[in-house]
Amino acid sequence: MAATRTRGSSFSRNVSTVTSQNSGLKHGPNGTTFLSSGIPDLDKILGGGYTLGSLVMIMEDAEAPHHMLLLRNFMSQGLIHKHPLLYASASRDPKGFLGTLPAPASAKEDKTRDLTNEKDLRIAWQYKKYFDPQLNISSNNESYLCCTGAQQDYCNDLDLRKPLDRHFYSGMNVGCVSIQDSPDLASLQDQCAKFLSQFSRNEANISSAGRIAIQSFCSPQCKFANMEWHMLSFIRSLKAMARSSNAVVLVSFPPSLLSPSCSKRLQHMADTLLSVRAIPDEDKEMAKLLTGYQDMVGLLNVHKVARLNTQVPVILETTTFSIKLHKRRYLVLECLNQAPVDGSSGSSYNTSGSCSGSTKAGSLDF
Amino acid sequence: MEHKELNLLNEALGFHNNNLYGRFVLVEDTVDTTAAFVLHQILKHSFSSHPSSSVIFLALSHPFSHYDRILRKIGCNLAAQRDNKRFFFIDMLMLQFPDEGKPNDVGFAAVFEKIESVIKALPQDNTKFVTIMIDDISFLQVAANGSSNDVLDFLHYCYTLTSEYGCAFVALDHKDIYLNEEKPAIISEMEYLADILVKAEPLATGLAKDVHGQLMVLHKQHGISPVKIHNFHFKIKENSIECFYPGTKI
Repeated sequence: MAATRTRGSSFSRNVSTVTSQNSGLKHGPNGTTFLSSGIPDLDKILGGGYTLGSLVMIMEDAEAPHHMLLLRNFMSQGLIHKHPLLYASASRDPKGFLGTLPAPASAKEDKTRDLTNEKDLRIAWQYKKYFDPQLNISSNNESYLCCTGAQQDYCNDLDLRKPLDRHFYSGMNVGCVSIQDSPDLASLQDQCAKFLSQFSRNEANISSAGRIAIQSFCSPQCKFANMEWHMLSFIRSLKAMARSSNAVVLVSFPPSLLSPSCSKRLQHMADTLLSVRAIPDEDKEMAKLLTGYQDMVGLLNVHKVARLNTQVPVILETTTFSIKLHKRRYLVLECLNQAPVDGSSGSSYNTSGSCSGSTKAGSLDF
Repeated sequence: MEHKELNLLNEALGFHNNNLYGRFVLVEDTVDTTAAFVLHQILKHSFSSHPSSSVIFLALSHPFSHYDRILRKIGCNLAAQRDNKRFFFIDMLMLQFPDEGKPNDVGFAAVFEKIESVIKALPQDNTKFVTIMIDDISFLQVAANGSSNDVLDFLHYCYTLTSEYGCAFVALDHKDIYLNEEKPAIISEMEYLADILVKAEPLATGLAKDVHGQLMVLHKQHGISPVKIHNFHFKIKENSIECFYPGTKI
């Protein structure tokens, strides 16, 4: 259980004795509880996962559907843990989206993955900076996943090429809503309120956790897309409702379609704020600058990490991560590694992290 | 806790001579750097400044449990203060005023009446030591369906309390929301009215582990003395704020 205790302050409860029985939840600092994002690396970056009661917002890139990766993994992980799910999207058939969710990788494949990692490590540990730092992260991960047993993992490795079994989402606890035809947000708000009321918070015990995923919230297909104040007040009330319940609300929205002040307001409302961005295919300059540029699918930026019950902000070492697909199946996140210019500096890992921060400000500004 | 560690923030806000009462403090922040901690500091100070002081807190962005936990770490028990009738927590998280057609000021009037009734219910001598705090002005506008006039009216009413009863009025708003607006009425009027303006900004060089941002505290003096400006960096800890001048941190 040592892995679950992140950065405890002197005031945080000693939680090792009150571990919850239900899978997919983990105690965090300041009396918070985490649930998994479905991406092992993202859980690590966020300090354990998404905080229960928080509103997670993803800023979409208008040109690429990378936010769907985060959404899919979030939803799929919830279904694997049997967390009830409410999914809303602007498509006509939101139920069909469930068929595209990734399934957990089988244990055997995990093994092979482990082995290859091991081999890479042995060859090249001294040239670590030329290889992906992912190796460390994932090997750590594996070690703590192993002790808990395959099916009840806190966070599964999700195989993007394998669809989730039907039985996961054919049950009663999955709701799908199309927000395309509704003229305003009242019905969606009612549905969210009804869904969240199952999870209202009482201090003693967390019986179950819920997940709400809303895809492309302000997209122009929705009839309310030009009513910014309606959308803002909807998100605001959603946040207030989430705060008093054991649920995580994940909303993705395209900031480019909103007025700047509206998008800023949404960003202020978010407890955890992420943004995704596509990378241009043939950018010679970038390819020279960053190692492993060819394998990158996109970039993930962590703007804000939820700070429930504390005033201390979470400052990450680096806020920009590259999204890669390991073996074209597993989603992994890595720090951007700058290609060595003269190769003289020995302590590459940390410095490259901060350097990438500064390059980000220039060419990769969000 | 009599030996107050005089940190730069307290000094800049003028805590050393207890003179927040009768003033309006506007706190501004951005997405990258939240200034909620300034509210926490003022909150703590208001309880320790005078034995009969009280705080009316309009919560729009966080529930009571959040503030309770934070303030307990700083050394102030909000739940106990609430039971002692010194802390009045007005939960406005779900507050939403009705749509167009009906005037919003009905809703705001109710909130203001509530504030005023709390003040009037206090013993006569204690009304001088009331702090009114709003934790997010931008949410007020969302609750009012975007009507900035209603919000401004409400804020003006709250502001009058500073002269009528000698209360302190503290409000937080997000500066970056208004950057692209043509006529950002709320923020500019509030900045104009404010006696003390606290601006939190991220470092120009980006995020850092040791420096969480920079604060500018602007004191508008009455009379002919010039505006006093304090600039310093800060680092937020669970139980305190570390403030230091740029470059002096080892």
